[in-house]
Formats: sequence, structure tokens, C-alpha cells
Amino acid sequence: MKFDAPATFNPIDRLKVVGRPTDRIDGPLKATGTAPYAYERHDVVPNQAYGYVVGSAIAKGRIASIDLKDAAAAPGVLAVVTAQNAGKLDKGEFNVARLFGGPDIQHYHQAIALVVAETFEQARAAAQLVRVDYVPAKGAFDLAAAKDAAIKLEPSFGGPADTAAGDFAGAFAKAPVRLDATYSTPDQSHAMMEPHASIAAWDGDRLTVWTSNQMIDWGTTDMAKTLRIGKEKVRLVSPYIGGGFGGKLFLRADALLAALGARAAKRPVKVALPRPLMINNTTHRPATIQRIRIGATKDGKIAAIGHESWSGNLPGGDPETAVGQTRLLYAGKNRMTAMRTAHLDLAEGNAMRAPGEAPGMMALEIAIDEMAEKLNLDPIEFRIRNDTQVDPEHPQRPFSQRQLIECLRIGSDRFGWSKRNPAPGKTRDGRWLVGLGVAAAFRNNLLAPSGARVRLDDRGIVTVETDMTDIGTGSYTIIAQTAAEMMGVSLDKVVVRLGDSAFPVSCGSGGQFGANNSTSGVYAACVKLREAVARKLGFNSPDVAFVDGEVRSGNRSVALAEAAGERGLAAEDAIEYGELDKTYQQSTFGAHFVEVAVDAATAEIRLRRMLAVCAAGRILNPKSARSQVIGAMTMGAGAALMEELVVDKRRGFFVNHDLAGYEVPVHADIPHQDVIFLDETDPISSPMKAKGVGELGICGVGAAVANAIYNATGVRVRDYPITLDKLLDRLPEMA
Amino acid sequence: MAKVSFVVNGEARTLDLDTRTTLLDALREHLHLTGTKKGCDHGQCGACTVMVDGRRINSCLTLAVMHEGDDITTIEGLGTPQKLHPMQAAFVKHDGYQCGYCTPGQICSAVAALDEIKAGIPSHVSADLTAPPQLTAIELRERMSGNICRCGAYSNILDAIAEVAGRTS
Repeated sequence: MKFDAPATFNPIDRLKVVGRPTDRIDGPLKATGTAPYAYERHDVVPNQAYGYVVGSAIAKGRIASIDLKDAAAAPGVLAVVTAQNAGKLDKGEFNVARLFGGPDIQHYHQAIALVVAETFEQARAAAQLVRVDYVPAKGAFDLAAAKDAAIKLEPSFGGPADTAAGDFAGAFAKAPVRLDATYSTPDQSHAMMEPHASIAAWDGDRLTVWTSNQMIDWGTTDMAKTLRIGKEKVRLVSPYIGGGFGGKLFLRADALLAALGARAAKRPVKVALPRPLMINNTTHRPATIQRIRIGATKDGKIAAIGHESWSGNLPGGDPETAVGQTRLLYAGKNRMTAMRTAHLDLAEGNAMRAPGEAPGMMALEIAIDEMAEKLNLDPIEFRIRNDTQVDPEHPQRPFSQRQLIECLRIGSDRFGWSKRNPAPGKTRDGRWLVGLGVAAAFRNNLLAPSGARVRLDDRGIVTVETDMTDIGTGSYTIIAQTAAEMMGVSLDKVVVRLGDSAFPVSCGSGGQFGANNSTSGVYAACVKLREAVARKLGFNSPDVAFVDGEVRSGNRSVALAEAAGERGLAAEDAIEYGELDKTYQQSTFGAHFVEVAVDAATAEIRLRRMLAVCAAGRILNPKSARSQVIGAMTMGAGAALMEELVVDKRRGFFVNHDLAGYEVPVHADIPHQDVIFLDETDPISSPMKAKGVGELGICGVGAAVANAIYNATGVRVRDYPITLDKLLDRLPEMA
Repeated sequence: MAKVSFVVNGEARTLDLDTRTTLLDALREHLHLTGTKKGCDHGQCGACTVMVDGRRINSCLTLAVMHEGDDITTIEGLGTPQKLHPMQAAFVKHDGYQCGYCTPGQICSAVAALDEIKAGIPSHVSADLTAPPQLTAIELRERMSGNICRCGAYSNILDAIAEVAGRTS
């Protein structure tokens, strides 16, 4: 189905199942530990051996020699695989560094060997016996030091390296009120709870991998490419994924090494990345240095806005596209953005939840707060004065929906913003300095083709199959709701099967595009199935209704089960998009409100309240959508207050590479969180009239925390994370 | 290798194990009770939380052979999809999870944490170490802080636990 004209009334608009806060259909499995994750598939293939990954101990250089003798002779060992004995390997399209290193080493903990043994304990012990002689080479690991040599590199996603409209330099120079400030965000890790894990089994030249992957088709493509075999020989299965956040978008070493290990050991092999290996072995969100310049008139209208960002990556890697939102969020005739990329020899930088916008908004939304203060304006009022209903670079191009002002106003009322004292450092509650902060939320709505197959059987059961994944987002449930709505059945009559490359290719999970696109693909397949049902019954399709498990036309009505008959009916289709995302700018909007308390003596920071107001098209399931938003708010709180991969600039690796060193929010860090969804449908986006929320929730929340800390203490911190050492010597005098 | 016998979810089990095998791997790899999750294998995340003789522990930080004669309860011992434990049902109702990987550990921890409060065991945030601890949000958050949820379902998990606590107290 080609979606090239705005949606009109369709069966989804009945909202009998879609749009309701339904419990997750996979909930009882998850709550009882019976949902099977990749490493746990004892059921799929017998005789599984265990693989243990050895990571490089240097960041850059080469392996002079590798001695496998003792490892190979250790008890239970079945095979030791290295890049040298694995046969010729290609590199995946989506991988920057090779997944299997040696003799050349591209980053610390790059996988260099896999030890396969009868048991996990044997494989782990034998892996310690692999002896490697390295010849280290000098690498670049310090973004600030490499910044001046950074080059202009066009990113594969996220807009051009340079953009400009009007005369930024002239307008900024002339502006009566100006801000020119530099911000930094550190390297961050996805740190999903389930490590990257795979079980691989060969049947002749055919490979099946039970894995944990957000993008089944990308993974299948890259596994075939890396192994230099036909894509039709590779099957990936990933029904449950213990978190991804972008870290499982790609084929990674666990899957490739399991396949190579299984080939060498001639039996199925399972591999999980040990937690301490994950952070340097896989991808991370790259650190940024961002310079923001804003020039405004005295009445608070932005005349010039410029945003530059520097980030690093391995050669062939992308910049962190931290300037993207600044092209669209606020009005202003004169504007520029620029991204520069430095060569760094740390592990590959790549997408993490809201790539670009998450760190970009962390900087931009502090800058807006600073600018409002210079103008003596309330930060909400300043944002409202600079709202735009059109793409500021292309004023003939409207936003399909843009309710940023509504989000800010509703949030302001609900949060009690009017009680905020705009003078920083003046509100006390016992030993606590209290502050409120606000930030806009913004994330683009991305469209991607997505397919599905739908079957109807003689019990009236509708089965949906698509290679779409559920990484905790609620895909199972919203896809079931979509099929139930389209076919006029209750939710218990729908079976959803996901995450298998044998199913039609979907959009996959990423970029908050999963919900809208995958359900649109299911919508398209259901439209075809409805036509097939009507055709079989000789009904005239336009006036056919699918209600309560029946097909009705005029005064005739037939049960779906009967219509399907013994052989059943099936249909497959995909949603594809025309030019509506070029004619219209499609984005999601929100407002974050945060109350913090900062200990007046120790600078300990506590979050007291958090509220997000979101305008993101139709909300397909308010319960799971709310969870997406609070989860993103939590990750954003981590980014604001604690998350930082610390770089060892001499040896070139992330030092705090486990969950004790890389701190993420825990229960005690997070207060009750409120989420409000504005009543919105966006017929420009898709037949579902939905957009995404999973990343909107992280965009801006870090800055709202930072702005609240400023309001509480009067200390403006521009370098994340905001830890107490950055406040301690600048706190207000104790009375 | 060593022989170890313990009771898991009410059933007597005997295993012949490599002495290096953690309780976690004994459950997951030998008994195929994969509801208990391996998130870090280093006692940093709480995904492997089980109850041993009524007390919650990180099963990755203890060797299986140390548990001769112990009574072990895992997530599978609390309830089934058809017959959920009240805490499991509350997690479903409050959407106290997303990806589901930390969930069994959160649920085991939550059940044990309520028992600890009932037994009068104080925590880091208990104002008075000798008075019975209160069922407050701050007490629950503190006691649950060894169980990381990277999806960030904390606010909902707390609602789920509070509901069960209210019902049983």
C-alpha cells in the first residue's frame, strides 16, 4: 500500500481496541520468566556448546603473534577461532570496525578470539590461556585535543554537515542580546540489561541464529555479507529482546562469533558478551562538544541561531548529529548549523536512543534557558515567542502537526510553574535548595517501509507475522490491537509472531519509528485480508463491515471463522510512503518539567518531580506509550546526572566498562513521573495517524534537569553529567 | 566436579557440577530454569535475584555447591502465566516492565523486600533503626535499588509494589 495522500476515516478510527490502555499481551510471559531470550533457547537445538569471547587488550596496533596451544589443550575445549583461522570474512554494511579483529586492531576489546568448550566454565577458563603479543600503535582518544583537526564528513543519517539560511554572521553581530556558549556531553553507553547474545546452528550450509537484535533484516544481510554466503542461507530469530536502545541495531560479535564457532566446532554454539566486554566491544553514543550562538531582539525574538557540534569516530563512522533539531525547533530568519568529525580510535560511535537530538537538546535547551534569562523573560514565554508552524529554512513547508506551545502551557499549569521563583538560589526547603526547570522536547517522525503477513483461520484466529521486533516498546500489543481493530475481533483472537527473518521485512525497532510504521504495515496487510474475505463471500468491499468477529454487508452477516473456511485466508502487504514527509515536516513535540532539590551543603542532587507533556500523533496504547516516555525520562535523568564513559586517554578505552562503574539511574534516583499525551491525530503521518514517543521522552529532559539545578543553586553547568563536584565550590553562601 | 542437592521451587534436585558453576548458571544452564536472568554476572544489576531460604540474593555471586540442602525459590516458583502471583499480576497491571529482562529479578526482589519490611529489618533510609520500618515510597525505592531497570520502569514498578504492599499489610 502506497501512502501518498493524507489519511481519511478508516477502520482504525473506530478505536474499539486501538488507543486503549491495554495490558501487554506478552506481560504474563515476561512477569513469570517464561518469555524466551536469545541465550536461553535450550528448546531450539540440542548439543549446544559454549563460546567465550577474548577481547583485544590494546586499542590500536596489531597482533604480532597469538598462541592458542594451551587454550586448545584445556579441558573441554572444542575449538579456538581467530580471524586467521576463520576463513575469509567481509565486513557488514552497517559495521564500521570489523567484528573480528586481528592481526590489525581497531579498538580496545575488539574481539580477537572465541574459545568453544563443552561448558561455560571451561570456555571461560580456557579463554584466559590465549596468549597474545601485541605491537601497539599510537592512537587518538581525546575529543577536545582532536577537535581542531576535525573534518567535514557527511553523515549517512541526520542531515548535511553544514546548513545555512539567511545571514547568520551578520544578524548575530547586530543582535542586541547575544549568547555564545559551549557545552559538552560525554560518551554514553546503552547498557541494556540483556547482554548481546546468540545461539548459532548450521544445517549444511544453512545458518540459523537465535539472537537479540532490533533490525532483523539488517542483521541477516550483514551476517550473510560478513560470512560471504547468500542471504537466503541465513535465518535470524529474535522474538524477545532484553533492551536495545540502538545498541542492538546491528550484527555484532556475539552473533558472528557464534556462527564461526559453530562452524569450527561442528555443533551449535552459544555466545553472550560478558558485561565488562560490552561497552568497549560494541557501539556507544559519542561525546560531543557543542557551541551555540543565539542573537535576539530586545523583545525576545530570535534573529540568529547557530549550532556547531564536534564529535569523534573511527574512520568510516558518522558524526553524532547533534545539531539537527536546531534547524527546526525555533523561528529565526538567519541560521546555521555545522558538524565536524574527529578521528578517534575508541570503539565505534553509533546510534543510541534519539541519536543526535538527545545530546543536541541537552545543549540547546540549556542555551534557550540562558537566553531567556538574559532577556529577563520566562523561559516558557521565550519559547512561545519563537514558535514556528513552518520549517524555518523552507517556510513553504509546514509542520504536519506542531503543538509545542500547548505542551508548554498545559505542563506549566499542571506542574505549578507559576510558583517558581525566577531568581536562582532563593528557594529553600530546610537543608535543600529547590528549583524548577523546563525544556522543550523534540524528535523527528521517521517513515520507513514495513511489511506484514496476516492469516485468518477456521477458528476465527487472526495471526500476524512480521520481522518487526519488540525491544520493550510494546510492539506485540499494538500490532495485536491494530489487527483486532482492522478485522473486527477481540484481542484474544489475535496471535502475533515477531522477530523472524522468515517473516515479511518490517521497519524494525529504532528511531522511534517502530510503532507507527510497523502497525501501518499490519494495517496494509489487513486491508488486503479484508478484501480477500469480502471477495470470497461475494461481498461488495466498500460497504463491508468487520464487527464482533463477523463480516457484514447489507443484511448478510458471516462469522469470520466460517468465511476463512478450512483452508483459511492469508494476505501480505507493506506500507510504503510517497512524498508527504517532503511536503510536510513531521515531528513530535513535548515539554519536560523537573523539580530538583540540591543539598545546600553537600550539593547532592535529588529529583523530586518529573512531568512530560507530549504531542505525538495518535497514541496507539496509552499504557505502553507512557512507559516509553517514563523510561526515556529516566535515561535522560541518567544523562543529566551520572552517565559518563570515562576515557583513558593514554591507553584508549572506556575505563568504567561495567554496571558498577558506568552508573545508570536506580529506583532511589527516580521520583514518581507523570506523562500527559495531548489528544492528537496526524493524518499526514500514516493510516494509523500515529507517530513515535520512545525517543521524544529523552529529548530535552536532561536540559530540564540542568535548568532546574540552575534555578535551585544559581550554578550553570554546561558540561554533563552534572555531578556534585561541579556545584560544590559555587553554591550559595550558607546562612 | 561435585554433587549438590537442593530444593528448587519445592522440588528436590541433585546436580553433578563443575565447582566453578554459579547458582545462576546451575539454574539456567543445568535446570533450564531460565526465568532467572544473567545481566552482568558480577552482582551489579540484580537480574539474577532469587530467594534462598527466604532471603533474596544475587545468584551470580554464589557458587551452586555452597547451597547444599538450601531451599531456593525462583520466578518460576512464584507463579505461572495462567496463575500469576499477586506481585506478577501487579507488574502486568501497572506495566512495571518494558523489555522484561530485569523483571523476574525485580519481582523476586519486591516479594522479598516486603517480607523484610514485615520482619522489621531496617534499611539505609530508615530513620529509626529500632522502630518497625514503614512501607513508604522512599523505603521501597531504597530496598529495590539493587535491581537495575535500564528501560526505566521504576515509577510503574513502585506503583505495582505499593499496590501489593497495601493489599497485604
